[in-house]
Amino acid sequence: MKKNLKISNGVKNKRIYFDYAATTQVDPRVLRTFLPYFSEKFGNTMSLHSFGQEAKQALEESREIVADLMKAKPKEIIFTSSATESNNLALKGMAFANRKKGRHIIISQIEHPCIMECSKWLEKEGFEITRLPVDEYGLVNLGHLKKAIKKDTILVSIIHASNEIGTIQPIEEIGKICQEKGVYFHTDTAQSFGKIPIDVNKMNIDLLSASSHKMYGPKGAACLFVREGTKIEPLLHGGGHEAGLRSSTVNVAAIVGFAEACKLCKKEMRKEAKRLRKLQDKLIKGVLEKIPDSYLNGHPKMRLPNNANFSFSFVEGESIVIQLDLLGIAASTGSACATAKLEPSHVLLAIGLKPPLAHGSLRLTLGRWTTEKEINYLLKVLPEIIKKLRKISPFKTTTRPPRPPSLRLGP
Amino acid sequence: MNKVGLYTKKVIEHFKNPHNMGKIKNPDGVGKVGNIICGDVMWLYIKVGKDKKGREIIKDVKFETYGCVAALATSSVITDLAKGKPLEEALDFNREEIIKELGGLPAPKLHCSVLAADALYEAIYDYLKKQKREIPEKLEKAHQRIEKEKKEIEERYKEWIKIEEEMHKK
Repeated sequence: MKKNLKISNGVKNKRIYFDYAATTQVDPRVLRTFLPYFSEKFGNTMSLHSFGQEAKQALEESREIVADLMKAKPKEIIFTSSATESNNLALKGMAFANRKKGRHIIISQIEHPCIMECSKWLEKEGFEITRLPVDEYGLVNLGHLKKAIKKDTILVSIIHASNEIGTIQPIEEIGKICQEKGVYFHTDTAQSFGKIPIDVNKMNIDLLSASSHKMYGPKGAACLFVREGTKIEPLLHGGGHEAGLRSSTVNVAAIVGFAEACKLCKKEMRKEAKRLRKLQDKLIKGVLEKIPDSYLNGHPKMRLPNNANFSFSFVEGESIVIQLDLLGIAASTGSACATAKLEPSHVLLAIGLKPPLAHGSLRLTLGRWTTEKEINYLLKVLPEIIKKLRKISPFKTTTRPPRPPSLRLGP
Repeated sequence: MNKVGLYTKKVIEHFKNPHNMGKIKNPDGVGKVGNIICGDVMWLYIKVGKDKKGREIIKDVKFETYGCVAALATSSVITDLAKGKPLEEALDFNREEIIKELGGLPAPKLHCSVLAADALYEAIYDYLKKQKREIPEKLEKAHQRIEKEKKEIEERYKEWIKIEEEMHKK
């Protein structure tokens, strides 16, 4: 085993990052642009003097760039500190601004934990939450959605692309239904913004959350798009920054970085998505082909170009992640053993995975610096790791020989 | 700090190269346990012999574990600690010994050490039962507690367990 893993392929001594859905490195081209806003351009955007106005100008230029990537108007962009904050502002802000109109909110069962927890809190505050189930690929059923919308429904919030399984929802159709029924529509695009095209008008989106650090910008900057004329209550009251919706001294440096990251994503999106698709294809086919009793989680086609999520029978995910880490490869799992609460991923359970398969899940997410060489290396070592862990496992007799992936990829 | 990420170096050593891994052919006792919360499963096999003083000792011990880093490391360590030990002493094992030997475990992983100790108790219980010997009260109590959890875990993995059992009948 040990010998097998010492494969000399040029990446042996380098760490390999397959966890771009967790966070990304700041692109060096981005880093250069925002560093001056920590030093000579440090002004407060609310100040009247030249220091302040310099910062204010950078902020407004950034707003234009971020808005442009989702085809929104600059004044519809509210900068926040994280997608979690944006999601909280969207849900709580919408709920409290419209509670006289209604108290019913619809989300899906595969939202990010910040939406899940937010919805639980709103329940305690007297709001009614419907959590729409998803099918085996993680897709929301549009018929279910239509039926779930009631007279007192104020908001539908559905994640654009799953952070765990990468499934992309039919957001345009969902937006259309919401518009027809006259309810607000929020979507969390933390994983998709900058990776796939988004148009808030075409998609009938009223509120949208996006985050900088998932797209090669710095941490500490994010935004909430709030469609003109949409009323929400702020979470933070104070000096009235960001149109009164988010008081706090503005983190100009991080926002400048966020905007620069948006610029690069816009410029490179098509080419980069195509490149990642090819790598993703190779990765998925390779894993399913080489490892018996392996399964792809999420939709085979309607998925982010950078996400691959697998389940392996008879082995546990944290063990796989640590084995990979010992070889310098960073990945992630939805196994119960990897969390403090010892609960398997709610997303994997929602797509109908039995606990044993959620237990053996592995998420590999690719990004701007992923190379084919790295995929090749992973495809060499992962089968060995699974084999080794299965050797230790009391359950090792595979139920069937590996099948060609073509048989398992189709919906 | 003597740590590699989440775990101590000792834990990682056992995880990378587990000791006494595998099955024993015709074991004298088998302990099969599972944790219903996280879902980990541990199977432990023992062979009983006698030492010079004529005391019954654990002559050989092996394990198979389905679980996280901590579950694998605690299984490996308990086989080290149990090997050569008189049965009576092995019954006095507690999880503190396992944790100490590993240089500590992260708090959410402490239950893995309980699982390892339980697997050993169950193997000894199985041995005594097969020999139609009297079961010490402490062991009987432990067995009853473990049995309850085991039913749930066996239900969860029933398909896999069936396949394994059929494979080894042949």
